[in-house]
Amino acid sequence: MPDPAIEIENLTKEYPFGFLHLKKRTSLEGLSMQVEMGDVFGFIGPNGAGKSTTIKLLMGLIFPTAGSARILGKPISDVEMHGDIGYLPEQPYFYDYLTAAEVLDYFARFHDLTAADRKDRVDRMLRKVGLETARKIQLRKYSKGMLQRVGLAQAILHDPKVVILDEPMSGLDPVGRREVRDIILELKKDGKTVMFSTHILSDAETLCDRVGVIVGGKLRGVGAPGTLVDMKTLGMEILFELTGTANVPLLSKATRTGDCYRLQVPEEELYAAIEQLRGAGAHILSVSQVKATLEEFFMNLVEADRAQGAAVEVSGQ
Amino acid sequence: MRRAGVVALNTFREAVRDRVLYNLVFFALLMIAASVAVGQISIGIEQTVIVSLGLSAISVIGLLISIFLGVALVSKEMDKRTLYTLLAKPVRRSEFLLGKFAGLVLTLAVNTAAMAMGLLLAMLYVKHSLERSDTVVLVAVYFILLKLALIVALALLFSCFTTPLLAILFTVGLYSAGLYVQELRNLPIEVMSPPMSAFTKWLSYLLPNFENFNVMAMAAHGRVVPGALILQNTLYAVVYCTIVLTAAAAVFSRRNLK
Amino acid sequence: MKSEKSIAWLLLLVVPLGFAGIWRLQHGIDAQRASISEERDEVLLRSPKLVKAMSLEYAPLLADIYWTRVVQYYGNKHLRGQANLDLLWPLLDITTALDPNLVIAYRFGAMFLSPAAPGGAGRPDLAVQLIQRGIQANPEYWRLYEDLGFVYYFDLKDYQKASAAFLEGSKKPNALVWMKIMAAKVAAEGESFETSLFLWKDIYDTSADPSVKKNALMHLQLLTVKEDCKQLDALADEYAKRHGKRPSRMSDLVQAGLVRGIPRDPLGFPYVFGEGGKAELNLDSPLLEKQLMFDRFKNVVP
Repeated sequence: MPDPAIEIENLTKEYPFGFLHLKKRTSLEGLSMQVEMGDVFGFIGPNGAGKSTTIKLLMGLIFPTAGSARILGKPISDVEMHGDIGYLPEQPYFYDYLTAAEVLDYFARFHDLTAADRKDRVDRMLRKVGLETARKIQLRKYSKGMLQRVGLAQAILHDPKVVILDEPMSGLDPVGRREVRDIILELKKDGKTVMFSTHILSDAETLCDRVGVIVGGKLRGVGAPGTLVDMKTLGMEILFELTGTANVPLLSKATRTGDCYRLQVPEEELYAAIEQLRGAGAHILSVSQVKATLEEFFMNLVEADRAQGAAVEVSGQ
Repeated sequence: MRRAGVVALNTFREAVRDRVLYNLVFFALLMIAASVAVGQISIGIEQTVIVSLGLSAISVIGLLISIFLGVALVSKEMDKRTLYTLLAKPVRRSEFLLGKFAGLVLTLAVNTAAMAMGLLLAMLYVKHSLERSDTVVLVAVYFILLKLALIVALALLFSCFTTPLLAILFTVGLYSAGLYVQELRNLPIEVMSPPMSAFTKWLSYLLPNFENFNVMAMAAHGRVVPGALILQNTLYAVVYCTIVLTAAAAVFSRRNLK
Repeated sequence: MKSEKSIAWLLLLVVPLGFAGIWRLQHGIDAQRASISEERDEVLLRSPKLVKAMSLEYAPLLADIYWTRVVQYYGNKHLRGQANLDLLWPLLDITTALDPNLVIAYRFGAMFLSPAAPGGAGRPDLAVQLIQRGIQANPEYWRLYEDLGFVYYFDLKDYQKASAAFLEGSKKPNALVWMKIMAAKVAAEGESFETSLFLWKDIYDTSADPSVKKNALMHLQLLTVKEDCKQLDALADEYAKRHGKRPSRMSDLVQAGLVRGIPRDPLGFPYVFGEGGKAELNLDSPLLEKQLMFDRFKNVVP
């Protein structure tokens, strides 16, 4: 069995704050998980949940209070391993006195590449992220979306085995998002491991082999997007047409759009409901299974956490 | 080491593209030019006036650059978060610091060289020829550069653990204190209490002695600086910078980036 | 984590080794600089008015700084036994111009300026000028009159003016009663052992500064020595009258019953008779060196 690409064990980060740094705020609490080689892993959670903290810990930008992590089998304190990792920070910013080509060339110099190889890669990357025409413009004139593209280019410039992206879709227009999605899929096709954080669930749902949900600094669930969703109870949705106003008690629960109604019932009540509707002369258009979405799963967790947070606040007083 | 060099060259490139720097150097050259005019009305001591005014201009402009850019070296990269992408490359934090330091020292070297050239031209204009004894001016400029390197190292150290404003204040404070180390040593310590005089003595060796690098008076009068002093001052600057940079690296490699 | 620790270890190594190197280098640089022996100009700006104009609202603070420079300058020169105190006056001039109420600058300044070398700059004229300026700014402070009298009495030997100064000071508020007595005594007798003893003793008792105290104590001791020798010489004359020859050692006087026990100087060393038959300090007494120093400079400095 090969080593997992990323291995996190009991990773904890506390920030001291307040007078003399006597108080502590826990930003990440005992995070343990793994990302397998070749997977696209989505790290989802609301703002401030600890996604960026985890990623910064992995990149050695901040240091854990407890716990450890390994990337490609090497401890995260080993800087040399960064040669095999690409990283895109949240809202990246670069030396604004450099052009896109210069900044990529600068970063490329930290890897053992020949001058020709460097130039070739920089050209290719600029083409890939669609910045060829802007290559000679200083970054101070770039828009947020263009900077995001530069960030993506520098993350994959050196053909890394593991790519870690912090909110890669943020600040991008729909076209840009599409392109980032394509790049991630391309990386997967090339056998790279990709870990990216997002708070946009549809991105995670469509791209990821596995997702981890983090709320309030704690990991609340890891798995394929489908399996996570299966934990929710299912229901049935009936779509029907009804002219006139027959006396059907179920109608009060349905939502109406013109002559069209939408009704959601528990699975075991489906047949009883259909019979009732037919009796009233309704024309049934479709019956489908309702899957709980990742979003619902996510919202439940967030709400539970908020309720808990409030309880803590009250007891804290 | 190679990676520190890459950082250094980029730091140099940043400085080169910074317009403020040109303005400062231009200002220094202007002052040197003005010293020619001042020298002409001070009959008999033209050279003294030109050399001391010129060296002062080089020193002051160098100080401004080294303190403000020195503090900005690290703090700007942290503020703007340009450091995030950089540290995700295979670069040690100590290599980053060393590169930043070397880059700014390189910038200062080029700047002071340009200003020294201006000073020599001013001297040539006044005297119509340069003598061998005029090389003492170059020694004085070299000492100024050593001093500036030490200040950059200190600014770098302070900016590793405090806000830019405080780092500037600390650097300026330590520099001013370092000018008076000699005075501290000259205090009639016999009149002090023994613990106080011991403290004063220790302090006078712990603080960087910036007066070591001041040979402006000698240069103004065209007196020769002994080679041994050049060697000793070079070693002093190298050793002191090593201490300060190691401390900076120790602090910075533990620092959590925001 | 690994590199982090190794840097911490490196720091433990670099700091002590580095500062040991700095220590050595600094000694080397100091020696090198001393050999060049450039006279550092202690006073860049000699115009008190200009300095005051440049000090903005911080003149009193600057005065304090200048005052410490005065002390440093005097201390350094004094310790090295250098008699050249040329810059003392400009420094004091600026200090008192910056803060006319810094009384200590007049008092100590006069004490540095007035006495002949090695004790001071040998410029009693400037000392008088300084104190008079101080009196102008602080007319109610009687100690300044004491200092003025002191300079007239010891260094200018002008007993009329000394007496006038003591008298003027005795009229100021809080002035001690002896000022009036001193005025009368100096006017009547000129220089006398009692007056000198009293003045030095007052300085010794009232000064908080250890170096001033030390200086006063030395003067007291030397005064005592001078008076002792004078009396011993008188006794030797008496002995010669009785025995037809001068005493060769102190024990002669004891045997003759002229003194009880061998007379000793303030530090406890027995006096001796020198080659000329005059009473002198013992060769072992540390006071001898002080006495010789004063005598030597008295001859050198006009």
